[in-house]
Amino acid sequence: MDSVFFVQLAYLASAVLFIFGILRMSAARTAVSGNAMAAVGMLVAVVATLLNRGVVSYTVIIAGIVVGSAIGVVLATRIQMTAMPQMVALLNGFGGIASLLVASAELLRGGASVGEGSMIVPVAIFLGILIGGVTFTGSVVAFAKLQELMRGAPITYPFQQVLNGVILIAAIASGVTIVLDPTNLEAFALLLATSAVLGVLTVIPIGGADMPVVISLLNSYSGLAACATGFVLGNAGLVISGSLVGAAGIILSKIMCDAMNRSLTNVLFGAFGAAAAAAGPAGVSPERGPVKGYTPEDAAIVFGSARSAIIVPGYGMAVAQAQHAVRELMDVLESHGVQVRFAIHPVAGRMPGHMNVLLAEANVPYEKLVEMDHINSDFAETDVALVIGANDVVNPAAREDDSSPIYGMPVLNVDHAAHVMVIKRSLNPGFAGIDNPLFYNDNTMMIFGDAKGTATAMAEAIQQS
Amino acid sequence: MLADPGAALTIFVLSMFVGFFVIAKVPPLLHTPLMSGSNAISGITIVGALLAAGHAEAGTATWLGFAAIVFATINCVGGFLVTNRMLGMFRKKD
Repeated sequence: MDSVFFVQLAYLASAVLFIFGILRMSAARTAVSGNAMAAVGMLVAVVATLLNRGVVSYTVIIAGIVVGSAIGVVLATRIQMTAMPQMVALLNGFGGIASLLVASAELLRGGASVGEGSMIVPVAIFLGILIGGVTFTGSVVAFAKLQELMRGAPITYPFQQVLNGVILIAAIASGVTIVLDPTNLEAFALLLATSAVLGVLTVIPIGGADMPVVISLLNSYSGLAACATGFVLGNAGLVISGSLVGAAGIILSKIMCDAMNRSLTNVLFGAFGAAAAAAGPAGVSPERGPVKGYTPEDAAIVFGSARSAIIVPGYGMAVAQAQHAVRELMDVLESHGVQVRFAIHPVAGRMPGHMNVLLAEANVPYEKLVEMDHINSDFAETDVALVIGANDVVNPAAREDDSSPIYGMPVLNVDHAAHVMVIKRSLNPGFAGIDNPLFYNDNTMMIFGDAKGTATAMAEAIQQS
Repeated sequence: MLADPGAALTIFVLSMFVGFFVIAKVPPLLHTPLMSGSNAISGITIVGALLAAGHAEAGTATWLGFAAIVFATINCVGGFLVTNRMLGMFRKKD
């Protein structure tokens, strides 16, 4: 038996560790150890590669690992939990460009010329560069949108899809050229340029509220790019791990799309929100009267006779960094005998599971965080539904008004509760620019203000009552 | 290592199936850590980066490999650490 066999075994072991790691992530109790298992799997793969006979020069490798680890540690320890969507977008992008670089290095080294008769290596190099490039620049744009370095709203212009189609065809044409003649550097340059442009142009028309889908999809791409490098290098470990990630991203994208009752095509090409936002100064719709604003003290009086409450957090809670204030409000309510739970809509926030992480950070026990399908029927028996910085995910028009753009989207039935309180900065419609009839209901109290300040004021008012 | 492209394709398709079944079990509660954790796993491309940078002949490929190692390491180290940090916050009622 030779060392190649043992290296193969090591890759197999690392793939098995990844699978067990993800399996253990299916429960909060075992998830920490699952993540650690996956990290060990990565370590096994790296060590096995370094023992490979093909690797002879270690200086560059050690330098790269030291630099990368330092940056990774700083990023991971400094990042705020509210900024997790940006962080994941950025890490996706780094994975993408790493795969692009690996495929490019292999091409320039002449790797595509070997293996006469087999097209699989040059085709995989092409796909590695294309997917890696799209992942990288697409993730950078997603990062910029989430970090608010650029407008979150969809950016649209005439013939957008036609232009994207033309660029994709150019990318494929340069790919075909590379497959036929791997030494053609002009085609390589064209492929790099078109992949980069394609990543930017496909993400700019997608709005901020659709970011959970985009991030999931980019996650999938980064896995598929790694997979492509696996085909380039003929490495089964890479193929297995890359496809696991590819599958994860696809599943999460589908869950997010289902939670909005929209197809992936509609999210990617629909420029949702652009048309509605352009329709004029939305806000109070003409046929509805003005809305009366209530104070945190008014809310405290209602809570005085309440036994149960369900809090519905949304992106507004993340923006205002209000998770700790909300947790304090929960403590005060519970000390006054009110049972408190949280209802989590799948697309609340800017990435899958965003609200859960923020509330966990604020020490809300995870048993109190209930999925939409499990809590929706409980609103009817609940005294108070408190909506904090959420809008479209509690819009009853999605159930009742078939002319609404979000008609058919599963929503949290907060309007079924005896009292509804909505903490919101203004009457401006949510991201999608859709009016919300909930705000005009007789049992709804609008409390205007920043999520953090209002939650704190509410807790104080309840304390004093 | 994988001389036969058919074998690579077989592995690819079967692992996609494994991925679908394994990941479908993860509850929405843990979707953010799942995403950052699987993201770190996609840093497996570091294997390719190490091979590219470690070949004897120095040149453009080596430097591309170096850059790839840096990015892939950020992806792995940052991804696993931040996932660990997040998961540490999920607590039961005490």
